[in-house]
Amino acid sequence: MSSVAFLGAVEQGLIYALLALGIMISYRILNIADLTVEGSFTTGAAVSAVMTAAGHPVWGVFLAMAASAGAGIVSALLQTKMRVQPILAGILTMTALYSVNLRIMGGAPNTSLLRMETIFTPFQAMYGSRYGKLILILLILAAASILVDLFFRTQVGLSVRATGDNEEMVRSSSINSDFTKALGLAVSGSMVGLSGAVIAQYQAFADVSMGVGIVVVALASLIIGEVLLGRRSVTRGIASVALGAVAYRLILTAVLSANLKASDLKLISAVIVAIAISYPAVKQQWQVFQLKKKAGACDAEDQ
Amino acid sequence: MLRINNVTKIFNKGTNNEQLALENVNLHLEKGDFVTMIGGNGAGKSTLLNAISGIFLVDSGRIALDGKDITFQREYRRARQMGRLFQDPLKGTAPNMTIAENLSLAYLRGSGRGIAIGLRGRERNLFREKLSRLELGLEDRLDTKMGLLSGGQRQAVTLLMATIVTPKLLMLDEHTAALDPATGKKVLELTKSVVAGDRITTLMITHNITSALELGNRTIMLDAGRIILDISGEEREQMTVEKLMLLFRQKQGKHLDNDRMLLQKDI
Repeated sequence: MSSVAFLGAVEQGLIYALLALGIMISYRILNIADLTVEGSFTTGAAVSAVMTAAGHPVWGVFLAMAASAGAGIVSALLQTKMRVQPILAGILTMTALYSVNLRIMGGAPNTSLLRMETIFTPFQAMYGSRYGKLILILLILAAASILVDLFFRTQVGLSVRATGDNEEMVRSSSINSDFTKALGLAVSGSMVGLSGAVIAQYQAFADVSMGVGIVVVALASLIIGEVLLGRRSVTRGIASVALGAVAYRLILTAVLSANLKASDLKLISAVIVAIAISYPAVKQQWQVFQLKKKAGACDAEDQ
Repeated sequence: MLRINNVTKIFNKGTNNEQLALENVNLHLEKGDFVTMIGGNGAGKSTLLNAISGIFLVDSGRIALDGKDITFQREYRRARQMGRLFQDPLKGTAPNMTIAENLSLAYLRGSGRGIAIGLRGRERNLFREKLSRLELGLEDRLDTKMGLLSGGQRQAVTLLMATIVTPKLLMLDEHTAALDPATGKKVLELTKSVVAGDRITTLMITHNITSALELGNRTIMLDAGRIILDISGEEREQMTVEKLMLLFRQKQGKHLDNDRMLLQKDI
């Protein structure tokens, strides 16, 4: 792997860490498999790209966060007020967002930002073209991580965490779990939107299909990170997500340089996630099998 | 303190499985009352507590707490003034959060939750002091995850959570039934001292008739969704388990006889 490829992988990994952070909030903290992300990641990218093209790259990022947070709230309302199953609520929002995203980009399937001023331009001017991007990405990720970590230490943040842990207890502690779910999915969505917004300006284009399979990518990052660092607390979870996302990108880059096709990566990601999530169940079955074998062997000896 | 007037609840109304869960229940609790509630399975005891907590809305009748009508108030709103413990110790706490975080959630009951830091030094000291009163050694384990505690420990912490902000009404739904006898006794002792200490109005379901008569100042018996017995004062002091069982059979029988008569009239 060349140093340029390595640097690129790290940069992308750190941007996708924001996405994985969003997934960590919905999947790990709120305990909801939220598929809204497949649409709202693109929404973030689309809003950011269109605003950048219009000459407002920084506003584009903030607006992208707001738009994706809104998508999270829509999914939350479907789940709580309309009693739609969480998975289906996410699919509905994601499907609707496909049309919305096309509208945002003025009907075109992609928006190019080639040679336009992005949030990276001033940083590259200041710190040189080699590390300028990395510095800004690190700053954004650090700021987002600190804010998310602080949020989950607040009173309302604790309520959001408890909602994913024991919803019944939350309601009997006088917390409106409909509200905490919506808030949690909004925070999650804003991170997803941020990730999409930064990646669009980083790669200088937004594409309507860039969100396809992104949930699995994020879950793979999350799980790799947890294997590497664990998830004993929210703070540690955030750190491991960042590490996992970078590790995932490095694996991806390695796979690509090993002459595998980039299009195979979604298959590999899905397999990683399936293995990681089914690991406890498989382990248990293996143990039962071992126990049975042992018991069978003893029976044989007795006879 | 608590006034339940003519409350009726029918589950699966209009289907084959229609079930009259509560029928014209009237129950008034004075401030500081400790009422024990007994009755067979399906008598409507838990349903009554669910109706008070707002898990579902009642079909007719009114419920008021401390002079305020709460019949249509949402569950989480009512919870500001009520504490509840379930039989299952897992129900009352968040397993992946620490003891301190769990207590902190309960501590904010009623006062609302803002963006202030949830757990500060002052609160930790208060929690430590409250936990030490449980005499389970939990005061040194504030940052232990709740899920690592035993059922009895969890139930004791749940009791603390339900009463850390003194509720207007405490509801105990066989909260010691899933614990081993020694732990159950300990949790019951704790319950007694907490309830007496803050003079909390309490409604407790139990299957143990002896403790139903020992604890509190009033005992009610439910059967088929109605209160069939309500004793307090001298009558209750004179009551024994045998007499109560006898009374139960009589009352239950009468109620059955009534139904039979009604049926016959219909024919």
